[in-house]
Amino acid sequence: MASGDKLFLKGNEAIARGALAAGCQCFFGYPITPQNDIPEYLSKALPDRGGAFVQAESEVAAANMLLGATACGVRAMTSSSSPGISLKQEAISYMAGSELPAIIVNMNRGGPGLGDIGPSQGDYFQSTRGGGHGDYRLLVLAPATCQEAYDLTRESFDLAFQYRNPVMILGDAILGQMKEPVLTAPDRPADPAEARDWSLDGAVGRGPRLLKSLFLQDGALADQNRMLQAKYEAMRAEVRWECFETEDAELVVCAYGTIARIAKSAIRKLRKKGLKVGLFRPITLYPFPSEALAKLVKPGRKFLTVEQNLGQMVEDVRLSLCGLATSEFFSIYPGNLPVPDDFDEPIARALGL
Amino acid sequence: MYQDEELVFSCPQVVADRPTHYCPGCHHGVAHRLVGELLEEMGLVEKTIMVTAIGCSVFLYNYLLVDAVEAPHGRAPAVATGVKRAKPDKFVFTYQGDGDLASIGMAEIMHCANRGERVSVVFVNNTVYGMTGGQMAPTTLIGQKTTTCPGGRCAEREGMPIKMAEIIASLGGSAYVARTALNNVKNINKTKKCLRKAFEVQTSGLGFGFVEVLSACPTNWKMSAIKANERIANEMIPYFPLGVFKDATADVTGEAAGKGEEGK
Repeated sequence: MASGDKLFLKGNEAIARGALAAGCQCFFGYPITPQNDIPEYLSKALPDRGGAFVQAESEVAAANMLLGATACGVRAMTSSSSPGISLKQEAISYMAGSELPAIIVNMNRGGPGLGDIGPSQGDYFQSTRGGGHGDYRLLVLAPATCQEAYDLTRESFDLAFQYRNPVMILGDAILGQMKEPVLTAPDRPADPAEARDWSLDGAVGRGPRLLKSLFLQDGALADQNRMLQAKYEAMRAEVRWECFETEDAELVVCAYGTIARIAKSAIRKLRKKGLKVGLFRPITLYPFPSEALAKLVKPGRKFLTVEQNLGQMVEDVRLSLCGLATSEFFSIYPGNLPVPDDFDEPIARALGL
Repeated sequence: MYQDEELVFSCPQVVADRPTHYCPGCHHGVAHRLVGELLEEMGLVEKTIMVTAIGCSVFLYNYLLVDAVEAPHGRAPAVATGVKRAKPDKFVFTYQGDGDLASIGMAEIMHCANRGERVSVVFVNNTVYGMTGGQMAPTTLIGQKTTTCPGGRCAEREGMPIKMAEIIASLGGSAYVARTALNNVKNINKTKKCLRKAFEVQTSGLGFGFVEVLSACPTNWKMSAIKANERIANEMIPYFPLGVFKDATADVTGEAAGKGEEGK
């Protein structure tokens, strides 16, 4: 594929193509709606490029194959949707503990349990608090458009290797299934030396290497956790967000992903009616852009968090506002497909209209 | 050294010169040495990426000086799949116990074998969970007492012990499958021959290699090392017959395949 092509792509395919552009060499997957376009696309595209595609026997196995491939310093990815991501948590915890640069895509669907196959943001807590056992964090990127899904996936591999940490792309059923024009970027083959200091490739001319997460000696696990926490602190440098019409806003809507995008349409409409409303959209959910949000606090300014769940990111919003302000919360129930008009009433209410 | 002295045994360089954490009479040390000897004899040390499992043998990486990655419980065959697909020119093996491989890891081992992944599996079957303190394993024999079947394993309640070599041999992707034991010198030598074959089917690209190694756990069997070796002969081998169950390198016909006629 030539770079700079403008293609009409589903979000799922944009993610698959973004991974290829970043030099992804291995993909391990298992079918689950609404992310099937990703493994389907890569099942042809990866072998065509000399890479490896494996349809695993389960999400558990797929995530552990990812562990094996990334231990070799190879750019590799898995994708799934909520129930499947729950199954991957075992390996995600091990990969975080073993410092492996894996990419995990979650096209969030409704839950709990089998839920439905519609859009949801119900996995915010799971994504930003680790998700599996132990004290660890993923770097979590939340694209709102197909273009952003492509760009962030392409970039996620660099971040994963830079920090030797798993990175999660958190989309949802809307993003995965909608089509938009996407401007593609040049392929960037992985730097062959990016993992040479730690990856497994056979102990030639050096001592053996070991990638593990078991630390039994006195104090060893404490040291490991100290080191991991310092890394998560360093990851704050990657914090990203978007402010839209916040300059003179009396009300700032806080939302991420596709919900933020729909909120933006509502805000454009309401601005035309003279309502001073803006949008704060975290792009990294972990690290959360707390400082940027806190800077938006002004006397009299109100905040409203809108999520397609029963209230998860709103906790981070309220922590970021540090008691200087608070945030109302409006829930769009999982599985429903919201339209911009759905935001009119909660925004008016939050403005006291 | 005197002129007429001849060195008849030495430890392979790839095996670390340090005391192990294994109990007296445990067979892990013997199995580790056999693997180490083969890695050296076959020139594989610098090509090896080893996948360790959960159980007593998780510390294998302290004793075999090769590149290694630690897999979650039961997932070593999936991790090995990822390693081999990422680095097809490396030699990749897992080393797993019976709780790890035949219980929690049943799906991973069967599908890895069925896909014919070019990896080798050393399966140490001692009929008990060792590291966690002697609980019932999927391979625990009928009547065998463990901390979670204190009255002895009962077929009606816990089912029959699982015969992994036979299961793996039935899958399309396995190229070499054998069951051996470590209870005497003859069987140890046979085990090494079988492990060599299981490694060779990987290096020649034929497919998946699997050796089930019947081993002793005197501590959790609550018997002496000598008695434990006798138990392998008298109780384990009659239920878990030794032999080569599949060998894609040979013309496997009739008696060569699936027969457990080899001695105690």
